[in-house]
Amino acid sequence: MNRSETTRSFTMATWLGWQVESNWTDPFLFAVYVIIKPLASAAILVVMYSIITGGAYNSPLFPYIYLGNAFYTYVGAVMAGVSWAVIDDREHYKTLKYMYIAPINIPFYWLGRGVSRFLIGTVAVIVILTAGVLFLNVPLDLTQVNWGLFFVSLVIGVTMLAMMGLILASITLMVAHHFFLIGEAVAGALYLFSGAIFPLEVLPAWLRPVGYAMPITYWLELMRRSLIGDVAQAFPTLAQYSNLQLLGILLGLTVVFAIVSVFTFRWCDHRARELGLIDRVSNY
Amino acid sequence: MQANPSLVLRGSPKVSGWRLFLKTIVARAYPRVIGMQREKSWLFFDVFLPMLAVSAYVFVYRAIGAPEEYVGFVVMGGAMTAFWMNVLWSMSSQLYWEKEQGNLALYIIAPNSMMAILLGMAVGGLFATALRATAIVIVGSLMFNVTYSVASFTQLLLVFFLAMTALYGMGMMSASLFLLLSREAWHISNLAQEPVYLFSGFYFPIKSFNFWVAAAASIIPLTLGLDAMRQLVFPSGASLGFLSVNVEIAVLIVLCVLFLIGAKFLLDYMEKLAIREGRLTESRR
Repeated sequence: MNRSETTRSFTMATWLGWQVESNWTDPFLFAVYVIIKPLASAAILVVMYSIITGGAYNSPLFPYIYLGNAFYTYVGAVMAGVSWAVIDDREHYKTLKYMYIAPINIPFYWLGRGVSRFLIGTVAVIVILTAGVLFLNVPLDLTQVNWGLFFVSLVIGVTMLAMMGLILASITLMVAHHFFLIGEAVAGALYLFSGAIFPLEVLPAWLRPVGYAMPITYWLELMRRSLIGDVAQAFPTLAQYSNLQLLGILLGLTVVFAIVSVFTFRWCDHRARELGLIDRVSNY
Repeated sequence: MQANPSLVLRGSPKVSGWRLFLKTIVARAYPRVIGMQREKSWLFFDVFLPMLAVSAYVFVYRAIGAPEEYVGFVVMGGAMTAFWMNVLWSMSSQLYWEKEQGNLALYIIAPNSMMAILLGMAVGGLFATALRATAIVIVGSLMFNVTYSVASFTQLLLVFFLAMTALYGMGMMSASLFLLLSREAWHISNLAQEPVYLFSGFYFPIKSFNFWVAAAASIIPLTLGLDAMRQLVFPSGASLGFLSVNVEIAVLIVLCVLFLIGAKFLLDYMEKLAIREGRLTESRR
């Protein structure tokens, strides 16, 4: 693999993605845009929780839900960011065919396009966490955070999400433009299985194995443990695993998804070329 | 010299008035319905996946020990999200997308009404959306044992019809605003998703909010439509309703009139403005 080509593809796509995401308005409006959406999303769960429990924010379940939902922002952001680039380039700007004939590496180009959403997602996560600590008694003490575990988990987790995004982007090559938010639809569906907003025990027994096969489940558990260790470990789902074991599982599943993403891209790319889908426009 | 009759351009007979209006609606609805037949992937991405997302909210309620009627509230709210998504992405911002594709100018050039084009989009979109909403209600109800006790089928149908009319009227009205917008249109639609899910009470009764917050949220027809439907189909719905069903029906009628008239005037005005400012073919990258 030509290293300079992959690096160039990734960095230029990162810059391009940031311009596409941010330069449609002035910085103030952009900041409002970045903050409102995730806050509203978190507020839905907060209102649901407070209606039923009467505002029992001190229960360990609340930080479990709140932090899981906050970090789940990355799932939608990264997966949608990477996969949306396909439809954006193919159907909106009609540049995908030019990308294909340019001296770039397409998977790295798509991954680069997802970086801007990752950055926006990071701001959203920080805002949600800050609001939780300030207004909802989320027991997050920065002096008690296991920063080493936090950053290692974050890096592996984001890599894993990028690989999932690449799989989705490859599939998107084969799919017509029926819907705008394919990445977010997939992320929304995975919400159910990842233990993001409720412990996996709540799921029927026959659905739990899906949750255990999802790397996001282990990643969210690690994020919670690194931030609010004792509270997170109060739930039985993954209590029998140590942090190191969870990291090992996450890393292993990330490698599996990376391998799957390579083969998925190769197959979908070949099929899309064969069927003439690279420059298809499907506006219904 | 006389022209060869076989080479003379023969168009279809001239159609005008309400016939043209109806033909335009059918013509614009056609690609949406046919598109669904040609590629079935939407069944997975547009029906199956959103159903899983709705299920996640059901399990949140189960995790925090909510009464079972809240499960029904989520199933119904989740089904109605389909209509909001459709209005947002396939009505409002669709004109921006059509502009980017180059179709918008053709719509204006053709001797038809933009209202008919938007209605065609609505009819075509409603087909898929109703299917998605029905699938969520049926599967969700079966999966989570949701029981319904319909107080009045007539009122239920009336509320649904009024809510959809007002909602798509609102979509047509906002579509006219999107005529002027460029890339920001996509982001505005994106921004209008979660805040509306929150304030319209898609996953909880709107009564949980302060009266004035709920009243302000009622400008979105789905807020009252959903609240009234919950009151009509769930035994405990009435006790968790924001206003009485009759009042909500009255407000929905007002919203229908307001949005449909507003759509007509705004569309005419925005079209003229967009033509004057040269925005119809503008494509700001």
